[in-house]
Amino acid sequence: MPTKVIMPQMGESIAEGTVVKWLKKVGERVERDEPLFEISTDKVDAEIPSPASGVLTQVLVKENETVAVNAVVAWIDGEGAGEAVATVPAASAVATTPPAAPAAAEPRADAEVEPPPAAGGKTRSSPLVRRIAQEHHVDLSQVKGTGLGGRISKKDILAHLSQAPAAAAIDFAGPTHVVAMTPMRRQIAEHMALSKRTSAHVSTVFEVEMTRIVEVMARSGEEFERRHGLKLTYTPFFVRAAVEAIKAFPIVNSSVEGTNIVYKRDVNMGIAVAIETGLIVPVIKHADEKSFLGIARAVKDLAERARTKHLNVDEVQEGTFTITNPGVFGGLFGTPIIPQPQVAILGVGAIEKRPVVRNDAIAIRSMVYLVLTFDHRIIDGAVADQFMARLKSGLENWDEAVL
Amino acid sequence: MTYLDAIRQGIWEEMERDPSVFLLGEDIGAYGGAFKVTAGLLEKFGETRVIDTPISESAIVGAAVGAALAGLRPVAEMQFMDFIACGFDQIVNMAAKIHYRWGPAVPIVIRGPSGAGVHGGPFHSQSNEMWFVHTPGLKVVMPATAYDAKGLIKASIRDDNPVMFFEHKFLYRRIKEEVPEDDYIVPLGKAAVRREGLDIAVITYGAMVWTALEAAAELEKEGLSLEVVDLRTLLPYDEDAVLASVRKCSKVILLHEDTRTGGMAGELAALIAEEAFEDLDGPIVRVTAPDTPVPFSPPMEEYFLPNAQKVVLAARRLAAY
Repeated sequence: MPTKVIMPQMGESIAEGTVVKWLKKVGERVERDEPLFEISTDKVDAEIPSPASGVLTQVLVKENETVAVNAVVAWIDGEGAGEAVATVPAASAVATTPPAAPAAAEPRADAEVEPPPAAGGKTRSSPLVRRIAQEHHVDLSQVKGTGLGGRISKKDILAHLSQAPAAAAIDFAGPTHVVAMTPMRRQIAEHMALSKRTSAHVSTVFEVEMTRIVEVMARSGEEFERRHGLKLTYTPFFVRAAVEAIKAFPIVNSSVEGTNIVYKRDVNMGIAVAIETGLIVPVIKHADEKSFLGIARAVKDLAERARTKHLNVDEVQEGTFTITNPGVFGGLFGTPIIPQPQVAILGVGAIEKRPVVRNDAIAIRSMVYLVLTFDHRIIDGAVADQFMARLKSGLENWDEAVL
Repeated sequence: MTYLDAIRQGIWEEMERDPSVFLLGEDIGAYGGAFKVTAGLLEKFGETRVIDTPISESAIVGAAVGAALAGLRPVAEMQFMDFIACGFDQIVNMAAKIHYRWGPAVPIVIRGPSGAGVHGGPFHSQSNEMWFVHTPGLKVVMPATAYDAKGLIKASIRDDNPVMFFEHKFLYRRIKEEVPEDDYIVPLGKAAVRREGLDIAVITYGAMVWTALEAAAELEKEGLSLEVVDLRTLLPYDEDAVLASVRKCSKVILLHEDTRTGGMAGELAALIAEEAFEDLDGPIVRVTAPDTPVPFSPPMEEYFLPNAQKVVLAARRLAAY
């Protein structure tokens, strides 16, 4: 019995979604819950699992086409029959009409169906290759395998990595080349412009000495990794220090509604993560209630799932303050734009050794530029600078017992 | 100096250095040992320190254990390691457990020739090291080079635990190299990388080290780079060295002359699967003798034993994987 595949609703306010990529071809077998297609919506990009086991018989929505939520995007002919029906996603209210012979234009003779490739189209690799792929965010289906039976070997993936271009090259047919924005890009564009129109952006820059934290990491990083199974990075230090500063200056954790200032009890910390197609800001909910370890775990988990497109909708919502980290490519500092309706964003530059004056002598210290962009409608320069002074003091006098 | 001379020199130096070291075994004195490892020692150290015994392995090991408990450091020879089964109870139930159960150390060395390749048949060719690798309380050592033979026998004699010292009879007079006259030891429990490589790690020990090196030289012409790791000590074996080479090469061949089932390769495969699964770029491959006694007929023995050609074929298959 055929099963519908529908465009899922990824959050209450979402009305449409774009099919970015089909992960299975017509005629290929798909197992229930195996990823079937990738979608992009205004809020998140996600991989959508198949609602049933069977053969993908028909694809109704092409890649890069946008359709309304709950629209049927494909059909699966499940030999698992009854079992498959029950697994159609919850949107069945819309889908009550019995399937009107989806195969009208498509005779269901097996001869017409493209035979699935050997081993169900799975890429053959090895544990090592899969680990490298995960670490470098490589889609293994894009790597050419030269091992036995097309297996992707270590050599293949290392060759693939070494030739990966820094940025996609453009094929110019004329003097210009027009590309439609992806939904995510459109969303970012609108939001950035909206924020600049809404808030009175002012930025203040502080230089902070990181020597103590660099030392803490050198001393305890390995032990931390061994004990907790995750690598110690700088981000949780900044999150933790920002939370402490917010507690002292709660207006930084507020928003503007008309002529009211709305203070937020919880600190929900957004962490900007650059991904292939743009930028996404997963949110650590209740960052003020989490231990250092809890923050470190959340940072790693959210960043990883952002990159692999496995975030849930509610994990990118309800942020109250945001940290962005433009320093990873070497920028000294940037002046970030505030994500609405928040009123401040902290930019973290590159941590590097610089000559500084200490006790009238030139010393080499690990330094970083921190930038706070704040909404001058409700936060005055003095408050912003006091917040930053507090943040600076927290980082420079890091309490090692916290780790 | 040959592998055999190096063992003799190591024993000689230890007997000169420490008067509590003495030898016992069948025909080791006047005859100098079946393979002449102990030739000349009777003349030098006298019959109280080089003792010819009756043909009773149980008595030899039992006497050695008793002497060790009384404060001496005996080095007992098995004429062939195959015969050690007669002394098995004294080794696994006495020597291996006395320290654990009652406290005193049992600093004995039981040494002798093992291995095939000399048409000795099923009772004079066995690689029976795994009988003891599975016995906690023992150390099991197997040198591949003359340098190591001297350094390891000296370290074994100085070790306070019972040490099973497996010499490879095929290497006795075939391996010749410069061996320093100095008083040096090769530490127990440390492997050696005999050849650095990038593509496949071959982990082995004993005579098969040379087989692996021969295969590596041949495969180098095809652009395939083998790393050869010589374990040197099988119990306790050098896990760090094994894992380091596996992580470097991502593919691994486990090679030994011993038969397949329950061999050292199985133990190493388990370690690698547990600790380095995500470093593997292909299946763990064993090259070993099949599960039969060592055949007497020379062509059958040749068929039975791993050789460079078998390693080359396995390596080519694994490289293509």
